[in-house]
Amino acid sequence: MKYIPHTPDDIRAMLDVIGVSSLEDLYAEVPEELKLHRELDIPQSKSEIEVRRIIRAMADKNRKLVPFAGAGVYDHYVPSMIPYITSRSEFSTSYTPYQAEISQGTLQYIFEYQTMMADLTGMDISNASMYDGSTATAEAMLMCVAAAKKRNKVLISATFNPRVLNVVRTYAKFHGVELVEIPAADGVTDREAITRELAAGDVAGVMVAQPNHYGIIEDFTGLADEVHAAKALLVINSIASTLAVLRSPGEWGADIACGDAQSLGIPMNFGGPHIGYLCVKSALVRKMPGRLVGETVDADGKRAFVLTMQAREQHIRREKATSNICTAQGIMCLYVAIYLSIMGRQGLVEVNEQSAGAARALREALLATGKFEEVFPGKPFLNEFALRYVGSESLETLRRRWAESGWLGGVTLDGMPNCLLFAATEQRTQEEIDAFAALV
Amino acid sequence: MNQTLYSPLIFELSHPGRKGYSLPENKWKVAHATEELPETLRRQGGLDTLPEADELTVARHYTNMSGNNFGIDTGFYPLGSCTMKYNPKINEELAALPGFTELHPDADDADVQGALELYDTLQSALAEIGGMSRFTLNPYAGAHGELTGLMVISSYHRHRGDAKRTKIIVPDSAHGTNPASAAVCGFQVVQVSSTPEGTVDVEALKPLLGDDIAGMMMTNPNTLGIFETRIPEIAKLVHDCGGLMYYDGANLNPMLGVCRPGDMGFDVMHINLHKTFSTPHGGGGPGSGPVGVRSGLEAFLPGPVVEKDPATGLYRRTSKPDSLGSVSSNLGNFGILVRALAWILAMGRENLPLAAKISVLNANYVKENLRDYYALPIEGICKHEFVFDGMRAEYGGSHSDASHITTLEVAKRLLDYGFHAPTIYFPLLFHESMMIEPTESESKETLDKFIDVLKKIALEARETPHLLRTAPQSTPVRRLDDVKAVKDARFTYTPEVN
Repeated sequence: MKYIPHTPDDIRAMLDVIGVSSLEDLYAEVPEELKLHRELDIPQSKSEIEVRRIIRAMADKNRKLVPFAGAGVYDHYVPSMIPYITSRSEFSTSYTPYQAEISQGTLQYIFEYQTMMADLTGMDISNASMYDGSTATAEAMLMCVAAAKKRNKVLISATFNPRVLNVVRTYAKFHGVELVEIPAADGVTDREAITRELAAGDVAGVMVAQPNHYGIIEDFTGLADEVHAAKALLVINSIASTLAVLRSPGEWGADIACGDAQSLGIPMNFGGPHIGYLCVKSALVRKMPGRLVGETVDADGKRAFVLTMQAREQHIRREKATSNICTAQGIMCLYVAIYLSIMGRQGLVEVNEQSAGAARALREALLATGKFEEVFPGKPFLNEFALRYVGSESLETLRRRWAESGWLGGVTLDGMPNCLLFAATEQRTQEEIDAFAALV
Repeated sequence: MNQTLYSPLIFELSHPGRKGYSLPENKWKVAHATEELPETLRRQGGLDTLPEADELTVARHYTNMSGNNFGIDTGFYPLGSCTMKYNPKINEELAALPGFTELHPDADDADVQGALELYDTLQSALAEIGGMSRFTLNPYAGAHGELTGLMVISSYHRHRGDAKRTKIIVPDSAHGTNPASAAVCGFQVVQVSSTPEGTVDVEALKPLLGDDIAGMMMTNPNTLGIFETRIPEIAKLVHDCGGLMYYDGANLNPMLGVCRPGDMGFDVMHINLHKTFSTPHGGGGPGSGPVGVRSGLEAFLPGPVVEKDPATGLYRRTSKPDSLGSVSSNLGNFGILVRALAWILAMGRENLPLAAKISVLNANYVKENLRDYYALPIEGICKHEFVFDGMRAEYGGSHSDASHITTLEVAKRLLDYGFHAPTIYFPLLFHESMMIEPTESESKETLDKFIDVLKKIALEARETPHLLRTAPQSTPVRRLDDVKAVKDARFTYTPEVN
């Protein structure tokens, strides 16, 4: 397959119009020594049948595992409506909606996405997506520094997912942000350490995660007041689905809410594409990176939607921009909009209830084996929790046995030997949990 | 595409008591765990916008909404620098295989060998195409790739203990993302001017070079579609001063298999898989911006890195000690990588250079057919795209006259004829830039229709200019009030207003 429609006659006729005699003549100005005077060392052209065979073989080499794991990526149910609608090429083959007159489909679903994400996070405004939860959090850090002007220090809790933390560290290193990690005490952010750092001054922002990496729901009572008294911004990173039942970032008094919304109708996809979200209080809108869709009217007075507030963006501000993001996750907004439309508030609450119910059943079954013990007893959690393995065989042997039986048995925790982070969703059954625990 | 707007929002279709989902009966022993959480940790209110809708209502809503949209599958998209080529359907089918979509990123390497093989196969192919040593496929988009590539450059200098290289040179014709990426990476931006022919002014470059220069960002062909023939000299000048050369892959399409960035003297580059490698743009993402480096810079690439263990033949994910860090949670937008590899396999070594050449043929064919109607500021054979500086004066496009026909009006009139507009008002070098990139996907018949329409619009500009002034007329909505959008600042649905 070559996906090129031209016949030799077409090419001849077109070359004649241009006034050159061959396709090679179109490159006459390119110095000969720069040209590749050989074929590329990649395979010959393949038919659709062959391409399908090769890539299916790669897909088949992956072991199908039912996850009892999360760590930021969750096996929630994806309604069949989502792949069906999102594969419509009117949506998928369109560009960024600069020509609003012929892009109302894209603009309208982004507006719906923004509305529902702002509501879910309890914030005023959502942008039109970020790449993923980790880059959204890194951008939130850059926002804190940009908003504070002269202060350059950002505090981040060590209870963040390490993958998110790694990306935030990378952005901080190159942008010159002083990132201070607030240690964890018994699985939650050490609030006294935050107080000490705020007192030391120069803090532009404080970033915490909810639920945190250990699945624990932290109590942020009083945190916003403390952070705001130091004239810093509070950033709360959350797993989007959990916000249907947990106190929202807005309700905690956060200035910026960010995180990953893969949990709202997006397959695990081996880690991507997912979608990052970034929501802010109105006062910060001009500091917010990314696209933003706003409501307006057309020349006939009809309600319509348009990319707006572009003066914030990289293509206008160039080197004065505080973010370089342009394209983000576009159509993944449509996944989320459809998911939230299908599920509604009630469905979203029920997903959380059932995931939490499954997680409790899983935890009970694993503790009942006698080979696991609690790591953070008494800490509130939703659908994810850590346990310490105390069995006699090695943890690696157990995890391999799980994998060979078709289960992804938890995620290991950095710096916590023999500890595993388990998760469950509404897709799991008691029978699956029993079979999984029986392998311990 | 529809000519009438499908306008309701999902919120306006909500009806109390309707339900679009079904879940198994909640039989868990703890059936209401969230109610057992301490009150202070529980959500207090809100969620009033989430609709209550049956499944058919949701299906019709989004299906009808899709009719308001223009995509490559609905019509020609001559959007300069965006490479809106055909997105093959087999790519979509393969990316949707459960063997990929149902993979959790924390599965052990042993259980995701096929996915890692796909990643490594694609990175090797891109390295060959780019003339680089190794690629990371982790960056999520072109801008993210630029940032990652600049982090590689910064890491290289830091690793050598050279802390004074704080500046990046960017041509004035560059896309705004280049200077923005440099700034986010902590660099100062130094702009180099272009010659009247639209290429980098080498004489203007020379005095900028010194021991404070970390590197220079370029795209070749540049944003005017002109090949920078002095690139070897430019690369040598930058290298001699100790800097590295960064290739912005936005314009890689006409170079495929013909002339590789690595052979031009570039050290670091990014590729937009959603441009050159046929993956869909998705209305603004997800894209993918792999970053390649020449030999000697591999150690700085972001983690995780995928490599094949020579001893076992198994693929594994690792992190390297000198790595710049991580720029993504996992291995980037993996689903996009599947599509790109499918396209490379389908095209093969014989068709990649053909795609490049046909993209150049198409661009020059459109340019030559329209140059009597639209102002061509730069002569000569272009590569995959070219820029008109608005309509020619004899048809109403004159820059000195305030009432002249603008590029915006031409662009909007094109929508009435069922074509997407070109990229407009970029590059910034001209007042009325209109940047056209047809790609290799479009047939001669499609180009001929487009040419005829642009000629007709030029005649309309002279005879019936109000058709351009008031365009578009036949689209779902007409020209929008951008000022009101900023003034009212309404980014969420508010029932009392609507």
